[in-house]
Amino acid sequence: MLKIKTPKTQRAKREFEKRAPKLVENGRKTLILHGTKTSDVLNTVLTQIYHLKRDNAVKYTKKNENIRPFESGGETSLEFFSLKTDCSLFVFGSHSKKRPNNLVLGRMFDHHIYDLVEVGVDNFRPMESFEYDKKLTPRIGSKPFFAFVGDGFESVEELKHLKEVLLDLFRGEVVENLNLAGIDHVFVCTALSSSTVFFTHCALQLKKSGTAIPRMELVEVGPSMDLVVRRHRLPNDSLKKEAMKTTTGQPKKKIKNVSSDVLQGKIGKIYIPDQKVGGIALSNDVKGLKRERREAKKTKAVGENEAKKRKTASK
Amino acid sequence: MRDCNGGRRRKEEGFCVESWQMEAEKYQMDLGNLMASDPTHHFESVPSSRFVTVILRPGSCSQGVSPGKFRLSEEELTRACLEKGTELVQAIANAVFALPSTDDRDGPIVRLPPPTTTLPREKHLLKPKPPTKWELFAKMKGIKKRKKDKRVFDEQTGTWKRRHGYDRVNDDKDIPIIEAKLSDGNEPGEDPFSKRKAEKKQRVEKQEKNRLQNLKQAAKAGALPSHVQLAATALPITGTHGEAPKKASKEELQNVAGMAATATASGGKFDKKLPGEKPAKHAGKYRKFLPVVEGKGMSSQEKQQTAKILDQLMSKSSHGMLDVNKAVTMFNVKKEKQRRKEKEHETSSAAIKLKPKKKSLKKSSKKKH
Repeated sequence: MLKIKTPKTQRAKREFEKRAPKLVENGRKTLILHGTKTSDVLNTVLTQIYHLKRDNAVKYTKKNENIRPFESGGETSLEFFSLKTDCSLFVFGSHSKKRPNNLVLGRMFDHHIYDLVEVGVDNFRPMESFEYDKKLTPRIGSKPFFAFVGDGFESVEELKHLKEVLLDLFRGEVVENLNLAGIDHVFVCTALSSSTVFFTHCALQLKKSGTAIPRMELVEVGPSMDLVVRRHRLPNDSLKKEAMKTTTGQPKKKIKNVSSDVLQGKIGKIYIPDQKVGGIALSNDVKGLKRERREAKKTKAVGENEAKKRKTASK
Repeated sequence: MRDCNGGRRRKEEGFCVESWQMEAEKYQMDLGNLMASDPTHHFESVPSSRFVTVILRPGSCSQGVSPGKFRLSEEELTRACLEKGTELVQAIANAVFALPSTDDRDGPIVRLPPPTTTLPREKHLLKPKPPTKWELFAKMKGIKKRKKDKRVFDEQTGTWKRRHGYDRVNDDKDIPIIEAKLSDGNEPGEDPFSKRKAEKKQRVEKQEKNRLQNLKQAAKAGALPSHVQLAATALPITGTHGEAPKKASKEELQNVAGMAATATASGGKFDKKLPGEKPAKHAGKYRKFLPVVEGKGMSSQEKQQTAKILDQLMSKSSHGMLDVNKAVTMFNVKKEKQRRKEKEHETSSAAIKLKPKKKSLKKSSKKKH
């Protein structure tokens, strides 16, 4: 026996529409959580990542003991949370002797795990340890620049994967229009070796240069850390194919009042509302009135002249 | 200042236009994501002590600095990374600022090209909805949809009424009189209004069933509309007894909670009262004892209690449930007593002294001794 459940309020309905699969998707939301044991460093890392992504991230504070992303049964909790919070990216922190300061960065497809990258955090420097002019602080929500330095990002599998995941994590919304005055910050990732990436966050200072294009200066601002890639799991081929499907073949939205004709080509229809001829206010500056005034003046002048003539004649 | 790219100097004052073009070709840029990556730079590192040897490839090296190994410390490493980063960012900025811009009040706005790096989607693509049963039928028959007006002219009242909603055209409840015709469908004693109601209800139920079927088909194809969910109301029936567990009503739950609380209290554990919980409707005590000290007025409770019991008894007895023998004996005894009293009264008044002395048995017992 099945029952049809529809939302009873408009607000609930709008929430469902927001979370529905669409042609052009919303930005990915991130879920930040940790396991039973975390270290000091890891806690700071998680909170700082949350601060970097304030608008579109959810941070859980409780310990989760049954989440093990790399094991087959240990991801059900993650998938459940992802479903409830509509987050398709997650950052899971844990600390153990074997894997100290461990971060698992993962992505979801349809609220099931798509791929995972496990990194260890070394040499972490929090945002507070950097000194800089406070006016340069990047704003939350501004679109970041990305700079990937090193050939490791092209040659090594794991680093390629990490590059993709980092891009997805910090990218923010995909926008068409960018305000050039709002360029704030950049993420610089350098592949130091085949397994280590030096990740740092810098603010951008636009300085005057001779041309219209300003000169960029980087000022280290945000957290900086060394990411050591430990494990990673790529998606299986069918899932990858499913997720990479694009929408170029779909029909575009119909534009109203435009039609195409064989003879005339593209035709548009313009609808003009009726003019209320009687209701239009007349301006004072109307030529007809002017003429009347002119003629009135003329007759007056003629009358005066005649009067003068009479006078002179009488004289 | 270190040079880049084949001897063109980057001066403090301005740029050589060609230099950044060459840079653009060297780096891989994704303007849609504001990303640039430099695949040619090579760091060769030695483990985690952060002392890194940097080998500059001869092609990318500058004039004036000979290629060779450098040992960098941590700060120098970060500085080198930042420098490289600056170059890349400058390259992106050059490309972005070169795009045609429109002026807005907040600043120049630039249209970015779509991103070139393909990243996986978050959710699956929409699957086309399978056609409903009516749509299939309409297609087969060639029935086309016709746009209906919101206002329809009602002949009966001669006004424009709305098609659906309050005060609508062809409303069932507007019919005042139905002729009672004796045709095959109508029985002579049947109420035609309720019959119409029942028919409508049936039609609506059928429509709901069809809608459910259509949605099930859509769900099978994975194209359920986003705001609709299909929920199971009962567990699937396994075996012969398929009784769905009855849902407890609010009052039942409240009662049960109260009973459970009393039970645990009798064991010594007292439950805390939750903020929204209402107090139990029936207090613990089931017997009411009268107060020890009370006045003797009309409204004294004891009097009321006894009066109540008496009334009940009397009302019961008035229905004729008499023990006749007992009543007769009582009556006789009463009569005897009365007669005796009257006799005593008569004799006592006449001659008290003439009465013989009564022998007391006690005296005789004494005489014997």
